[in-house]
Amino acid sequence: MSSPRSPMAPPQSFLWTRRVVLTVLAVFALLPVYVMVSSSLKPLQDVSGKFQWFPTNLTIRPYFDIWKTVPLAKYFLNSLIVAGSATVLSVVIAVFAAYAVSRYKFRGKRTFTITVLSTQMFPGILFLLPLFLIFVNIGNSTGIELYGSRAGLILTYLTFSLPFSIWMLIGYFDSIPRELDEAAMVDGCGPIRALFQVVVPAAVPGIVAVAVYAFMTAWGEVLFASVMTDDQTRTLAVGLQGYATQNDVYWNQIMAASLVVSVPVVVGFLLLQRYLVAGLTAGAVK
Amino acid sequence: MTATVTPSSGHQAGAVEKTDNGGARGRRFLPRIPDRIRQGGLPYLLLLPAVVLELLIHIIPMVIGIWVSFRQLTQFFIRNWGNSPSAGFDNYKVAIDFDAPIGQALLHSFLVTCAFTVLSVGLSWLLGVSAAIMLQENFRGRSVLRTIFLVPYALPVYAAVITWAFMFQHDNGVINHVLHDQLGLTDKPSFWLIGNNSFIALVIVSLWKSWPFAFLMLMAALQNIPRDLYEAASIDGAGIWQQIRKITLPSLRPVNQVLVLVLFLWTFNDFNTPYVLFGKSAPEAADLISIHIYQSSFVTWNFGSGSAMSVLLLLFLLLVTAVYLFITSRGRKGSDV
Repeated sequence: MSSPRSPMAPPQSFLWTRRVVLTVLAVFALLPVYVMVSSSLKPLQDVSGKFQWFPTNLTIRPYFDIWKTVPLAKYFLNSLIVAGSATVLSVVIAVFAAYAVSRYKFRGKRTFTITVLSTQMFPGILFLLPLFLIFVNIGNSTGIELYGSRAGLILTYLTFSLPFSIWMLIGYFDSIPRELDEAAMVDGCGPIRALFQVVVPAAVPGIVAVAVYAFMTAWGEVLFASVMTDDQTRTLAVGLQGYATQNDVYWNQIMAASLVVSVPVVVGFLLLQRYLVAGLTAGAVK
Repeated sequence: MTATVTPSSGHQAGAVEKTDNGGARGRRFLPRIPDRIRQGGLPYLLLLPAVVLELLIHIIPMVIGIWVSFRQLTQFFIRNWGNSPSAGFDNYKVAIDFDAPIGQALLHSFLVTCAFTVLSVGLSWLLGVSAAIMLQENFRGRSVLRTIFLVPYALPVYAAVITWAFMFQHDNGVINHVLHDQLGLTDKPSFWLIGNNSFIALVIVSLWKSWPFAFLMLMAALQNIPRDLYEAASIDGAGIWQQIRKITLPSLRPVNQVLVLVLFLWTFNDFNTPYVLFGKSAPEAADLISIHIYQSSFVTWNFGSGSAMSVLLLLFLLLVTAVYLFITSRGRKGSDV
């Protein structure tokens, strides 16, 4: 990708430092992954006893048991619906908002962008409490049960995914030359058509990046999920706790389930990381 | 560079005829779009869904949160919280009365969070910058390492942290196995998730989770440093260590400023890591502020008190951010928003 930094070959001191540092970091990064994979292939008595680096009694039983010990498939579906909807909603709404901010001058623009930027730094706990109270109130007065519902959870997930999406997409749209959509409008396109036919296609990498990031964050969210869900709407984040019963902690199943829930996002991330890295840095590093 | 944008920059308008909003010379604002579009409500229409949602999920909850912080809202009033008795400033007084148990615990939790944040952010930056510099040049295995380093970032938080919780187990965890059984560094297996060690465990997990983000940002920044700077330095006889000190590190300053602020806010507000590692109530040595507020609100069901703590936390974050932005933007002209 990049050309050699200097015409001189790096000295041995640098090469050795590099080898040591990179090895240590790689071990640090991968150690939990190794523990996760190897422990998921052990029977219960092996993960309950002294840790073994290499499984002595290999088994894939945990991968079948995880679906029975807790309703993992249901949690999976809940997570998919909630994270997916939150992602689609925030990206669609953010595309319009970011287009307005990036291309137009209007009163209140600064207020809007500052509000969006600042809500990103607020802790989730700040919104959790009032949203909980609002949901309880709406449930009492209208009978619409937002508390414990998927719709309610999706709404709470927008508290973090929407500002992030708007903010990143403004940066992305700004980097697309105005001449492109201006030319389309000179040719008789309306602004909305210019948005969809010119700006959105040109911003696909950015939009993908934002969507992947929003999905990943929602998939890993614990705070709102632990308060705002019930038995029927529980997401993976809370559901994994079900493998720890009063008598036993099924560590092998916890590790197997962790691996299973990680696979979709890790694969998605690795496939799309090029976009994500470009998008993150375009938005943040400018 | 939007810092110069204010809604009332209309005094330029006289210079150019037939322009509204005064943005005529500012090429950044679509000079060539027909006036009727600019004058219309289109931007507001485009913003409408976002504004409605922002009101719904951020503004109104925040107003309610502030209101609740002045109420005596306990479990008896949850169904009917609008009628909860007023508490005046009592919730705040209790929260900052550092001689009484609640205030004392809050202060302790705040200090733990500060120490935790400084350690985690500092070390994350250090690991991130080392990895980014070591991977700046192309060599065999570079892209594999890059992917490996991003794995902690891609794993869902709870799956990763629950694995760490397993690794820190007293009897069957890998950490004790290595430290005690294999290396013999400790007399007996340590408890990592209770007692004072829990702070160390928390920092390690947080560090593991956040350094790849620092690496990602810094690596991108390094690619924008012009190659000829290094070549010139090299011709002048500067070795690679000198180049890193004199070119690489100074070039990272603007990115570092954004990065440190983002990492600070994330780490300070982090709920997921301590919650998955310790559960609803963390050991005293690792009682982060977000867990502490959660505990006050949803475990002891005192929403008024929890809200007051949230508002105090928010004020602190705003203050730190403002001071930080002020310090880092001094001497730089025209910073971004």
